[in-house]
Amino acid sequence: MTEISQRFVAKHVAGLPRSGIRDFFELVSSMDQVISLSIGEPDFVTPWNIREAAIYALERGRTSYTSNRGTPRLCRAISGYVENEFGISYHPENEVLVTVGVSEALDIALRALIDPGDKVMYHEPCYVSYHPSVVLAHGEPVPVATSAENGFALEPEALEAAWSPGCKILVLNFPTNPTGGVLDRERLERLAAFAVEKDLVVLSDEIYSELTFEGGHVSIASLPGMRERTVFLHGFSKAFAMTGFRIGYACGPPPLVESMMRVHQYSMLCAPILSQEAACEALLHGKDSVLRMKEQYQRRRDFIARRLNELGLSCHLPKGTFYCFPSVEGTGMTEQEFAVGLLKEEEVAVVPGTAFGAHGKGFVRCCFATSYELLLEAGNRMERYLEKIKKGNP
Amino acid sequence: MSSVLKLLKEGESLSTGQLGRILNMTDEEVERELEELKQKKILLGWRPVLHPEANGDENVRAVIEVKITPEREGGFNRLAERISGFDEVESCYLMSGGYDLLVFVRGSNLHDVAAFVSERLATMGGVLSTSTHFLLRSYKEQGFLLAERNSDPVKPRVTP
Repeated sequence: MTEISQRFVAKHVAGLPRSGIRDFFELVSSMDQVISLSIGEPDFVTPWNIREAAIYALERGRTSYTSNRGTPRLCRAISGYVENEFGISYHPENEVLVTVGVSEALDIALRALIDPGDKVMYHEPCYVSYHPSVVLAHGEPVPVATSAENGFALEPEALEAAWSPGCKILVLNFPTNPTGGVLDRERLERLAAFAVEKDLVVLSDEIYSELTFEGGHVSIASLPGMRERTVFLHGFSKAFAMTGFRIGYACGPPPLVESMMRVHQYSMLCAPILSQEAACEALLHGKDSVLRMKEQYQRRRDFIARRLNELGLSCHLPKGTFYCFPSVEGTGMTEQEFAVGLLKEEEVAVVPGTAFGAHGKGFVRCCFATSYELLLEAGNRMERYLEKIKKGNP
Repeated sequence: MSSVLKLLKEGESLSTGQLGRILNMTDEEVERELEELKQKKILLGWRPVLHPEANGDENVRAVIEVKITPEREGGFNRLAERISGFDEVESCYLMSGGYDLLVFVRGSNLHDVAAFVSERLATMGGVLSTSTHFLLRSYKEQGFLLAERNSDPVKPRVTP
């Protein structure tokens, strides 16, 4: 039965590797008392004023489709927010597209821009969807390694070395899930110059930008000559703790946004109206909540990065996001062995770095968006686990 | 603001040792900072936040709007401080608007609170009138929501 139906599956889909996250999810699900540092979302519930706006929209019977682009009110709010926060001006009527999370925005951007065989460059370790999304759009993934020594920033030299004719798109995600790496202005300018030189279109996923702890965030789209070749991707999931609302957006020059619209209108039609209403509230009245949450993440980051280093798990200080990405190479174990062992022995879940691409080898991702009590306890359990390893009986 | 205070204000119950480990301070440093906060009267003290129905014998609460006569020297202060001195009074605020003081009182039963109002408060020189409202039910205490919320079984423990 399975074999008969299997032959119907498209080859490029059948060929996609299973997500490392999914494997790990199944393992963790079978255990009871797990402290999970393996979630990719805030532990805060969406601020009440935002939830209340969604309830109010429901009460008023706002349950229809919206314009494919998103409600005019939300598009205007996005345009204003992006101008204020990032210094880039997009016209709300033809340069903004509201999507079902950044995941959809990235997917439709790739589908709209890739001709079969086009090469797509991105830095690795990276968000789990980049590789498969490129493959599903019939592109060729070109991962470029980033390293802990450089704080997981994308080095322009590394990008240059990885470039070859046929490269059309550069995907950036800074601050980065899973590493917490950021890009400083100097690197960003050199990357921008390279993109112009090689005529690359840049898809910049800046979902964690509000959670930049040091130095302030600069968008590549704001640099000279970049606006015309950049699609700025952003959303509400992380900064506003709205993961389940599934709402994001893309901004860019009209031809690029219009091309994404063509895919979006036939696949998604529009983002859910309730989420759009909630998103308006977030942009108009959510700033204080974002700052409060950011401050709390930063305190947790300082603690957990220090604690991991104390334990001998060498960890760069993430300058953004709510992830630490420590190396486990000193234990003599692979990231997979370490994560599975830690889960089975001490019931702490961290995600093996290779779930985020081959260049995540030797690392694990620890999300610190959780209570201090659990972070302290997780630290203690990791300490016990490492002692067991040292004694040779993990 | 002191780093210890910022962390405390997040509302998680943490021991001195835990505070120190989170903030990379020794126990002594944390103690010293707490002591300093007390000295400066920034930190007034510690109280657990209890569910109002689990508050032992003292579970009748009322808010009283009090009108008083201001005095030539000190305005409302002398009377407000005098009222605040009673053990029954949990909090006392000077208000703008239709009355002067808003007084939160607690007692073991309705009779206790009524007696406090009629015998102590209303009879005090300078108190012009009182209007007492009994609290029927609490929905949020000091930032804690009281409605039972199920822990979220929907939320997966591993996500990208």
